Amino acid sequence: MKFRDILNSEEFVITAEVGPPKGTDVHEMLHAADLLKGRVSAVNVTDNQSSVMRLSSLAACHLLKERGLDPIFQLTCRDRNRLALQSDLLGAAALGIENVLALAGDHPVVGDHPSSKAVFDLDSVQLLKVIHLLNSGKDMSGNELVGPTNFCPGATVTPGAIPLEPQLLKFEKKVKAGAIFFQTQAVYDLEKFREFMDYARQFRVKILAGILLLKSAGMARYLNKKVPGIFVPKNLIDELEKASDSSQKGIEIAARQIQELQEICDGAHIMAIGAEEKVPKILDAAEL
Amino acid sequence: MIVTKQKPLEEILNFLKDHEAIFLIGCRLCAAMYDTGGLPQVKEMGEKLKAQGKTVTGFSAIAALCHGKNVEKELSERAREVDAAQSILVLACGEGVQVVSEISAKPVYPALDTLFLGGITENRFEEHCSLCGECILNLTGGICPVTRCAKGILNGPCGGVNEGKCEVGNGRECAWVLIHDRLKSQGKLDNIKDIFDPKDFSKALHPHYLSGEGDK
Ligand code: SF4
Ligand code: SF4
Repeated sequence: MKFRDILNSEEFVITAEVGPPKGTDVHEMLHAADLLKGRVSAVNVTDNQSSVMRLSSLAACHLLKERGLDPIFQLTCRDRNRLALQSDLLGAAALGIENVLALAGDHPVVGDHPSSKAVFDLDSVQLLKVIHLLNSGKDMSGNELVGPTNFCPGATVTPGAIPLEPQLLKFEKKVKAGAIFFQTQAVYDLEKFREFMDYARQFRVKILAGILLLKSAGMARYLNKKVPGIFVPKNLIDELEKASDSSQKGIEIAARQIQELQEICDGAHIMAIGAEEKVPKILDAAEL
Repeated sequence: MIVTKQKPLEEILNFLKDHEAIFLIGCRLCAAMYDTGGLPQVKEMGEKLKAQGKTVTGFSAIAALCHGKNVEKELSERAREVDAAQSILVLACGEGVQVVSEISAKPVYPALDTLFLGGITENRFEEHCSLCGECILNLTGGICPVTRCAKGILNGPCGGVNEGKCEVGNGRECAWVLIHDRLKSQGKLDNIKDIFDPKDFSKALHPHYLSGEGDK
């Protein structure tokens, strides 16, 4: 079943992500894709993630599609103006790519080309509206398209954002702009996440909780310190610290959380950051 | 006001390397306000150039260097000093440099880097408006997202906001958190509940012009 059909079913959806290489050698990326094939409903392809220049997400989506996976095209507003965004979306549609995740994108100053010009002609909410327009057969200037798109649009939300209220207001704008599914920033504190879901349930959208694979207690502390909106509770850090094999423990924690999440939300989005070979292990442990 | 910063002396000396005799001119408005191009800074720059073996044919600072007629008057009154110079070093914003350059046929050089249109808040200069051509401050609680959000996002905040601070990490507050809090305290959150349409960048097409009486 396609990702968009699974979203419409009652099934718990699993997605994962791959990052295109810095360079043209796609062997590793395709190897990671092969490991994920058949185990996840769709695979996100990151778009110059963290503003680090890499092979284009559109091209990588196409390669994954050819390999039999259902890609989610991550599209940021950082590097493209409205002409380029629309044109890449038409290109993606023509290549048979059906899912798009609309993102603002990190600022270039945090990446490896800090002197580049930041575009941000549109923001993620406006981009979602554009996707809706293209689906209806028109471009942003009202011109008719020769062949519309048929995208399943998604967006992101940070349930642990501090402060939360402005984030929720934005979330509601994304819903209004036509996002069908949301993939969240990594969640570890499931009680907190439950509160978010109690609120989010009033909207007819599917929420896939972000699962960022923990590799060590050090990594957990680093996330707490450096990544906005992520909070790893102390009991998980202790668990990792005490474990003889913290990497195995990370897999266990992820699996356990996915099991718990099945009661809470509609799916899980696993981010293994370069350790995609562990995703099937997480899913085995979660009995999925 | 236009916020400026003096260029490093080496850079200035480098573009003046083929010119021995220099006329200096500064501005008594913005550049004086920021201690980058007022009369004291023009004098000081003159001393530095003399110490490097240059001849300073004359110096001056007027209000304001962006005002063509004032510049014309000053340069004609100082014609002897200006004529004796091989080039003119301007201690003012990019606008001032170009007004001088339009009026004088001499090579004109900038002594300052022009940074932004800004105001002084608690002893530091901050940019609050980037002259976008279509002001929306009426909706955003008097806080400009076009300028004060690092991404100019009209439907914010982005996912990078970190306890109210911007992800860019320059210590600036997230504009969208500020806007949200301000509107909330005013009971006007409805202002930002609707989706803001993409900005019309044709309203800020460079170079701008506005016809009218230039000498008002
Ligand atoms: S919206 Fe912002 S940038 Fe535009 S005119 Fe108003 S203050 Fe200036
Ligand atoms: S953190 Fe706030 S100010 Fe900074 S880019 Fe994001 S929305 Fe804009």
